[in-house]
Amino acid sequence: MSLDTATVRRVASLARLRVEEAELPRLEAELNGILGWIEQLQAVDTTGVEPMAGGGAEQLRLREDRVTDGGIQQQVLANAPDRADVFFSVPKVVE
Amino acid sequence: MTAATDFTIAGARAALARREISATELATAHLDAIAALNPRVNAYITVTPEVALAQAAAADAALSKGEAGPLTGIPLAVKDLFCTAGTRTTAASKILGDFKPPYESTVTSQLLRDGAVFLGKANLDEFAMGSSNESSAFGGVENPWKRQGDDAVLVPGGSSGGSAAAVAARLALGATATDTGGSIRQPAAFCGIVGIKPTYGRCSRFGIVAYASSLDQAGPVARTVEDCAILLNSMAGFDPKDSTSADRAVPDFAAAVARGVKGLRIGIPREYRVEGLSPEIDALWRKGMEWLKAEGATLVDISLPHTKYALPTYYIVAPAEASSNLARYDGVRFGIREEGADLKDLYERSRAAGFGAEVKRRILIGTYVLSAGYYDAYYVKAQQVRALIKRDFDQAWGQVDAILTPATPTAAFGRDETQDDPVAMYLNDVFTITANLAGIPGMSVPAGLDARGLPLGLQILGRPFDEETVFAVGGAIERVAGFTATPSVRAAA
Amino acid sequence: MSYTIEGSTGTWEVVIGLEVHAQVTSEAKLFSGAATTFGAEPNSQVSFIDAGFPGMLPVINGECVAQAVRTGLGLNAQVNLWSRFDRKNYFYADLPQGYQISQFAYPIIGTGQIEIQLADGSTKQIGITRLHLEQDAGKSLHDQHPTKSYIDLNRSGVALMEIVSEPDLRSPEEAGAYLTKLRQILRYLGTCDGNMEQGSLRADVNVSVRRPGEGFRTRCEVKNVNSIRFVMQAVEAEARRQVELWEGGEEVVQETRLFDTTRGVTRSMRSKEDAHDYRYFPDPDLPPLVIEQAWVDQLKAALPELPDARRARYVGDFGLTPYDAHVLTLEKETAAFYETVAKGRDPKVAANWLTGDFFAGLNRTGHSIGDSPVTAAHLGELLDLIADSTLSGKLAKEVLEVMFETGKAPGVVVEERGLKQVTDTGAIEAVIDQVMAANAGKVEEYRSGKDKLFGFFVGQTMKAMQGKGNPALVNELLKTKLG
Ligand SMILES: [Mg+2]
Ligand SMILES: [Zn+2]
Repeated sequence: MSLDTATVRRVASLARLRVEEAELPRLEAELNGILGWIEQLQAVDTTGVEPMAGGGAEQLRLREDRVTDGGIQQQVLANAPDRADVFFSVPKVVE
Repeated sequence: MTAATDFTIAGARAALARREISATELATAHLDAIAALNPRVNAYITVTPEVALAQAAAADAALSKGEAGPLTGIPLAVKDLFCTAGTRTTAASKILGDFKPPYESTVTSQLLRDGAVFLGKANLDEFAMGSSNESSAFGGVENPWKRQGDDAVLVPGGSSGGSAAAVAARLALGATATDTGGSIRQPAAFCGIVGIKPTYGRCSRFGIVAYASSLDQAGPVARTVEDCAILLNSMAGFDPKDSTSADRAVPDFAAAVARGVKGLRIGIPREYRVEGLSPEIDALWRKGMEWLKAEGATLVDISLPHTKYALPTYYIVAPAEASSNLARYDGVRFGIREEGADLKDLYERSRAAGFGAEVKRRILIGTYVLSAGYYDAYYVKAQQVRALIKRDFDQAWGQVDAILTPATPTAAFGRDETQDDPVAMYLNDVFTITANLAGIPGMSVPAGLDARGLPLGLQILGRPFDEETVFAVGGAIERVAGFTATPSVRAAA
Repeated sequence: MSYTIEGSTGTWEVVIGLEVHAQVTSEAKLFSGAATTFGAEPNSQVSFIDAGFPGMLPVINGECVAQAVRTGLGLNAQVNLWSRFDRKNYFYADLPQGYQISQFAYPIIGTGQIEIQLADGSTKQIGITRLHLEQDAGKSLHDQHPTKSYIDLNRSGVALMEIVSEPDLRSPEEAGAYLTKLRQILRYLGTCDGNMEQGSLRADVNVSVRRPGEGFRTRCEVKNVNSIRFVMQAVEAEARRQVELWEGGEEVVQETRLFDTTRGVTRSMRSKEDAHDYRYFPDPDLPPLVIEQAWVDQLKAALPELPDARRARYVGDFGLTPYDAHVLTLEKETAAFYETVAKGRDPKVAANWLTGDFFAGLNRTGHSIGDSPVTAAHLGELLDLIADSTLSGKLAKEVLEVMFETGKAPGVVVEERGLKQVTDTGAIEAVIDQVMAANAGKVEEYRSGKDKLFGFFVGQTMKAMQGKGNPALVNELLKTKLG
């Protein structure tokens, strides 16, 4: 599987990364290099192997239904690059 | 008397208890050393003298009242991936701007609970993505070691390069680090110090900036195996705030260090004899085998057949998780913002301006392998191979108690010798990455020098939650190897 | 009988499936300890987890899991003892983590079925595809500033159950009945308050049209419709739009649309344009959700009686008509009210009063059953006063009116207004005598065969008694006296 320029553009858009046109050829070559190398996994026979999702605990521990957090409005807003009173603010979104 | 910056943690603890030195003197000596050397080594992104001196004063008060904890007055560096309340946390990225977390990571809060003094935030590869520390937005870190007769700047390894370099250069007695694919063990090996990545779930991930959640694990770096054990005893433990945290008692790791290896079966995996392995490292590995045999261990040839697929597996799983973990850096609630024509433009500009090249590369790879039509071929396939890699280890534990391998395929390389090819750079983690995929503990111990005087490390892998055996084997290698070399760039040198 | 749309080229059938987002009733959020109360000060019920801060991790709320299991049981559905959380990745201003934690591949609840009631008295089985737990997003306010949207994360991380139906619905009425029934079950279970104005229940409506007998055609999803009436209108509007497209030789494109409630049309949703590739993968912060059968059994044993069972009991044990039983069980509160009124009384009489004058009274005074000025106990006492002949039916209606205005007990109203029915035969006879004396001519006419005049004498007598005469006695005594 190999990426073309249009795919690099689409993936960058999905990832919300602005990529200048001039960067595309280099990125495309790098990504294809990595993907080509990753391709060797296809050689492994994985029939019937259950994918491993992660390590750690076997199952979720259930938390008690109690209010133990929140009520920290100013702290939540303190690092915001743009805020309007008690809100985070972004350019207007049209639905 | 030992110079203040040359103490081991165990030694400093004894000296503090005997009142031979005060916590304030210890902190000041380190702050002075940082002031002198950090402009060159760049091991710290942020130095926090006020925080350190206030904590040292509190430590002295506790010491005088006889209320010392296990780490009271011990000056440490904190990898700048751990959120520290009120102190800027950057993940070595521009994107976080001047972010000051209003909260403390569980690991650092446990160290503070035990009396530790934080000197500052250690440099790293941006978002812990890298093996040379060159991807830091705050500049690379200089490895304190030099090749004989050569002043070329070497990399400290990564991603915990700042932590390792700080400890090696005597700018901290120990440091917190994290390891996603080798980020504790590889820089420890490059900098001639000890580092352990414990079992996944042993240390809480709460408050650590996430790179790849199913692989990330915190651990310590320090100058001795015992020091690592002391630090890990404080850092580890169940945390209800992390759903992947293991609800298990933390054993006395320090007690395991002197246990010895008599009767232990040590596995030697044939697949680790990889192409491109330096003959010196191969020789060191054989030496390590002889040492352990002489100490009473039995060597067992084992096979971990899927080892060669570990790197490509990692470079699917880690970027996939990273692409999602790093979506929160969008210029809305914290961090830098680049204004745009609309919200999408704002996101794209902010993220393009905030993330460095390697981070972008991994986000793009991760986004691609998860995208429609490719998920099964890449992500599911990788998680299946990961299951096979884990199965290899599970089967090995039937035959052996620990596994001995080299820590890295080469010694530290020069800053200008790093390849432009990302894949070549990824090969640095070939020996360390399997432990992250399988979730098992791994330690790197300095065991010798190469022909040009650079430190080399051996790696010990253990069963899940059996860090004690890893410490026992590491302790034995440390004693027999008698590694006493010091880097040329260091405090009080 | 079945619903169809007559286009210019023939008949079209409508195929509808609903995805309902129901807010789980819980104190705290799904993965954080922040509160869920509606209407709080913006961003005051937000933890660093809900705001997607670096290093923050989710920990699941066990009660939300229990609520999902209860709901699954109430939908006669398969409870999966092993389920998992996945991340649904997309960027949006009110999605702080850049992904929604949801259950994509392995939901906690599998297939189930509910029965809906239609206006003509018929019923229909509707398949449930699945129910899964997920986080809600925050809220964007677009009307506060000319060029900016404001973000309130209070809702961010609140637990939702997404309940997906099979495409079994065939008309706006069925869609409405399905949502009505679903809401009813959730409210009986206490797993969602069903408050659509506050957004506790929102529906995504999937609509397609086809020629009878055909396979499915392309569907469109009308997002976030927030009332049962609008769901029915949206189905109608969207189906007509699609018929026009097909008949005009065009294609229906699969897309997400919004229902414009003021214009009654659906329109394409620009903001979701390129959000199609969600890159789902298992959330590495959350191990699998594994629950035990014994716990499910325990939750099942503690389930309240559900509407279908209650309706059957009202028909079977109380002898109510299916219609009355349906009306009385629609709301859990109504059923509880009814059972208090009916207890130890004639259940049919209680049902008649409740569905008749009592509901009319609520309507007239603008109250709901929850804040009714007439309590169930008082309504019961009123029925007792009819049963022991203290009040006639007509008087009782008057008393009930006063009760709605004053909130007083019926006994008090009767006492204060002197509305007690007269059952003293002597008193009634005296009045009848006066009426006959004053209308001697009419008495003659009656006696000579003009039977119809009997009603006139009843009316005159009751009028003279200000309506308080016991109607049965008045009749009986008049018959005797007039001969
Ligand atoms: Mg939907
Ligand atoms: Zn949903």
